[in-house]
Amino acid sequence: MRLAMAMISLAAASCAWAQESKVLLKDAPGKDKVMQCMACHSLDYIQMNSHFLDKAGWTASVNKMINVFGAPIPKEDVDAIATYLAENYGKPPAK
Amino acid sequence: MRSSSSRRSFLVGLAGAGALAALGFPRRASGAPVGSAAELGFTEIPDGALAEQYLFALPGKLPLIKKTFRPPNFETPVEYFRTPITPNKAFFVRYHLAGIPQSIKADDWSLSVAGDSVERPLRLTLQQLKKEFKAAQVTAVNQCSGNRRGLFEPHVAGVEWGVGAMGNAVWRGVRLKDVLAKAGVRSNALEVVLDGADQGAIDKTPDFVKSIPVDVAMRDETLIAFEMNGAPLPHWNGFPARLIVPGWTGTYWVKHLVSVKVMSTPEKNFWMSTAYRLPRGLFKTPTFTSQLYAPNEPITAMVVNSLVTSPRSGQQVPRSKTIPVRGVAWDGGSGIDRVEVSTDLGGSWQRAKLGKDLGQYSFREFALDLPAREPGALIVMARATSNSGETQVNQLIFNPAGYHHNVIQRLYVEVV
Repeated sequence: MRLAMAMISLAAASCAWAQESKVLLKDAPGKDKVMQCMACHSLDYIQMNSHFLDKAGWTASVNKMINVFGAPIPKEDVDAIATYLAENYGKPPAK
Repeated sequence: MRSSSSRRSFLVGLAGAGALAALGFPRRASGAPVGSAAELGFTEIPDGALAEQYLFALPGKLPLIKKTFRPPNFETPVEYFRTPITPNKAFFVRYHLAGIPQSIKADDWSLSVAGDSVERPLRLTLQQLKKEFKAAQVTAVNQCSGNRRGLFEPHVAGVEWGVGAMGNAVWRGVRLKDVLAKAGVRSNALEVVLDGADQGAIDKTPDFVKSIPVDVAMRDETLIAFEMNGAPLPHWNGFPARLIVPGWTGTYWVKHLVSVKVMSTPEKNFWMSTAYRLPRGLFKTPTFTSQLYAPNEPITAMVVNSLVTSPRSGQQVPRSKTIPVRGVAWDGGSGIDRVEVSTDLGGSWQRAKLGKDLGQYSFREFALDLPAREPGALIVMARATSNSGETQVNQLIFNPAGYHHNVIQRLYVEVV
């Protein structure tokens, strides 16, 4: 939480990036954990990569952020984040 | 005369449902969302990307298509490709990492030249760079490796670029080889490693560092540029100096360049060893031989490509007028031999007139006026062929990271 608040104030401090506060994610369970993504990037990366990844695809993305880019996200949050992303920004179920 | 519906059925039979969906027809150009790829006769970018993007002006820039705010990724709208030189204020912006200097003072900047294959490490100020070395310039296309990634089918993760992660400019600076000669390059030199002033938002993120083969670094046209189209580089395009590697994709054109290292060993950080790689041998582009320590290989030179800037897919053209087909073509450095246009799904092709030759690394304009004699639907296609004999493809050469999209456009035009 402290991290998210710090990131929000950092983002607001930069005039060029202040606009990113207009990027809003859907309200659903797990959103609070997804806000941790703002430590490194604006949240529009999520909408931009929708709706074509399934839960496995989103899990791979989140793990890449942690393992390759060093995102400070606890391992125990990965499933909640991937579930939120798959349900709200994932590939629609096959008809 | 074939009716438009039978033409559509024919198209489905010939090219498949994907191509049909790509046409997005019939729709008026004016009603298309910002940065729509369907409007250009391509597979549409992901729906979430299309909904989230809009025109937004970064400081010092014109309104460009916002893909992401932080790090900033902004695409050039297609209108700016109607001239062969892309204006600085409209030039696309691409960063990997959010730790970008808010501003850099030219007087505070310096470039370090070092590495285990250098005899005399140097540090050069911008003044020294400008005074002590001979000026050089080149007109060259800077295109992101992932330009058109959003048009991939199936979609792949990444920045979902439409067609505008590219631009063409006159770059002016000094030759990298002259700077390296001053430092003294040893005979065991293998790669030249480039680092810019940008970095990750957190320390653990791998810094964006790239390398090029020493023979590419030594080419006359490989520059450390500090001017673009006669003006200092815009901040968002690498002020005060960036690397220019004509023919090669934008990933090597390191912005805010602060360090050049000549090394006797391959650079193996994430951005070289894992990112910006292709299945080996999938494209007939130059091989980066010192980077073949993994099963895949780094992307290198651009593939031949073109962009039709007019007409737009879904456009209606009055009967008895002509359909002006206009656009630009480019490749990885051999230059453009010809651009041909077809209105019968590739059954026959006619040559467009090429514009002024601005050099082998530049956009080359093309133009052809098609007659619009009878009412009905037309599919307009354009394909470029390079001087090395390479031609654009009918079907996407799929690769997991979404690079080198050079599929022939299919624009749906209605003569009414």
